Amino acid sequence: MSILVIAEHDNSALNANTLNTLNAAAKIGGDITLLVAGSDAQSVVDEAAAIASVSKVLSANDAALADGLAENIAWLVNGIAANYTHVLAPASNFGKNFLPRVAAMQDVMQVSDIVDVVSADTFVRPIYAGNALVTVKSSDSVKLITVRSTAFDAVEATGGSAAVEELAFGEAFEGVSFVSRDVTVSERPDLATAPIVVSGGRGVGSKEDFAIIEKLAEKMNAAVGASRAAVDAGYAPNDFQVGQTGKVVAPDIYFAIGISGAIQHQAGMRESKVIVAINKDEEAPIFQIATYGIVADLFDVVPELTEQLS
Amino acid sequence: MKVLVAVKRVVDYNVRIRVKSDGSGVDTDNVVMSMNPFDENGLEEALRMKQAGIATEIVAVTVGTEQSQDTLRSALAMGADRAILIKADEAPEPLGIAKLLSKVVEQEEPGLVILGKQAIDDDSNQTGQMLAALLNWPQGTFASKAEFEGDSVNLTRETDAGLETIKINLPAVITTDLRLNEPRLPKLPDIMKAKKKPIDMVEAASFGVDLAPRLEVVSVSAPEARKPGVIVANAAELIDKLKNEAGVL
Ligand SMILES: Cc1cc2nc3c(=O)[nH]c(=O)nc-3n(C[C@H](O)[C@H](O)[C@H](O)COP(=O)(O)OP(=O)(O)OC[C@H]3O[C@@H](n4cnc5c(N)ncnc54)[C@H](O)[C@@H]3O)c2cc1C
Repeated sequence: MSILVIAEHDNSALNANTLNTLNAAAKIGGDITLLVAGSDAQSVVDEAAAIASVSKVLSANDAALADGLAENIAWLVNGIAANYTHVLAPASNFGKNFLPRVAAMQDVMQVSDIVDVVSADTFVRPIYAGNALVTVKSSDSVKLITVRSTAFDAVEATGGSAAVEELAFGEAFEGVSFVSRDVTVSERPDLATAPIVVSGGRGVGSKEDFAIIEKLAEKMNAAVGASRAAVDAGYAPNDFQVGQTGKVVAPDIYFAIGISGAIQHQAGMRESKVIVAINKDEEAPIFQIATYGIVADLFDVVPELTEQLS
Repeated sequence: MKVLVAVKRVVDYNVRIRVKSDGSGVDTDNVVMSMNPFDENGLEEALRMKQAGIATEIVAVTVGTEQSQDTLRSALAMGADRAILIKADEAPEPLGIAKLLSKVVEQEEPGLVILGKQAIDDDSNQTGQMLAALLNWPQGTFASKAEFEGDSVNLTRETDAGLETIKINLPAVITTDLRLNEPRLPKLPDIMKAKKKPIDMVEAASFGVDLAPRLEVVSVSAPEARKPGVIVANAAELIDKLKNEAGVL
């Protein structure tokens, strides 16, 4: 078996989800090649080559690959996909954007968002917002797969010294160009990987009051998350959204504050080790999955909690 | 410009689904069905394009059983001009759907195809990207804003780090995120009018594309239930539990 993994990065550092994706590749078993497609991304190539489980790094360096445009990455991956038995990418916005495009070019049915590897051709993935798990067996000659990073531990980032090979890019796809990026700047740790996440919902009531969520997070060096209702209302930016259509997180502790616990929100946090719910409505569905619940006004409990945490 | 909007009939988002006890699938008998929420955003966007004089005709298309006519009627009630039902008894996989839609695009020659970024039943998030690849068109996925300017679109996409804007030339495929717009609710007279609008029916098999499934469903299971938790009285007790019982703080 020979597996191609597509690295996610921002041309300066590897995204941690690549390490989780590599673990899924290791579970399938076989030789692992890591593709770094970017522009002036030498530091990422170096990081990639240092990962123990990677046997070869392919480096494609072209201005057209700088911004992760799906058309260009798909073209590149499509050109080499047939050399592998499996092509894996993280089930992040990056992977979800380009890999189905490769799948159609290869006439392959992609397996999306896997949470387990049963064997080299059989995988488990959530459907219906995680309310069911389907085990599927793929009959395609090349298996194209996106990997849910919270379902696989990260592999060691060091200990290796893989050979690096250059991969030439062709012509940029006509009719698409990158315009701008508006990246949320936060002093808090990354939501996708933080051991503690503090999320606020509609119950927080306003953007100003969302500061009490941030204060609690700061006290524990936690990441900040939000429900869709909180994002829609403008309390928090879109990349804070946890759920079926937002991020999937699985921290050691997840605080759901002023969040009712709709199916779609649970889809993004139900695998957390410990769930704490703070809600004034004892009937809120979040209490059905919470490890610890406090039925109270969040404006009383959250400041108390922040105060008492040393 | 003609706009093609793909819609799917799915189990309503408020339904808590149940896995069949024999592990063969999810029980969809007698549950409320509705249009995939993301597709409502897609249709709403097309309707706004028409109001703004950018779109001239809106065609809703779905792949499904006869019952999917309900979803097309909802699309017509929202304001689509006409609808196409591609009849298939076994639901094709996203790859098969993308192939069927690419044939419809050949026939209809729209300037834009809008799809939801994912369907809330199988959560695959593939069809739009696959369709774009088959047509060799640019794609604008997970869109939260679309500004049309001549033959191109400035498209704002939701990413894991915030927002990103790309410029794509038409014809193109757009997939929607929920924040793109707020879909309208059809009014009673529109629902009545929709009954008279045409729905073309075509057999999926007539398109001559390979719809054989590539993924065999081995089993469907329910996720492990979480252990029931406890209610604690206050912040102090919570901190104590997190530290001494769960050992996570
Ligand atoms: C297709 C689709 C996809 C979706 N994807 C997502 C997703 O990815 N993520 C997501 O989160 N949602 C998603 N949703 C939306 C989801 O269905 C819910 O509408 C949303 O999660 C509700 O957010 P909320 O819990 O903050 O708000 P609400 O449901 O309004 O709950 C607010 C809660 O705050 C409590 N509260 C109010 N005031 C106080 C107070 N002072 N003290 C304590 N508690 C208080 C209330 O009791 C209530 O339980 C999706 C919906 C659809 C249709």
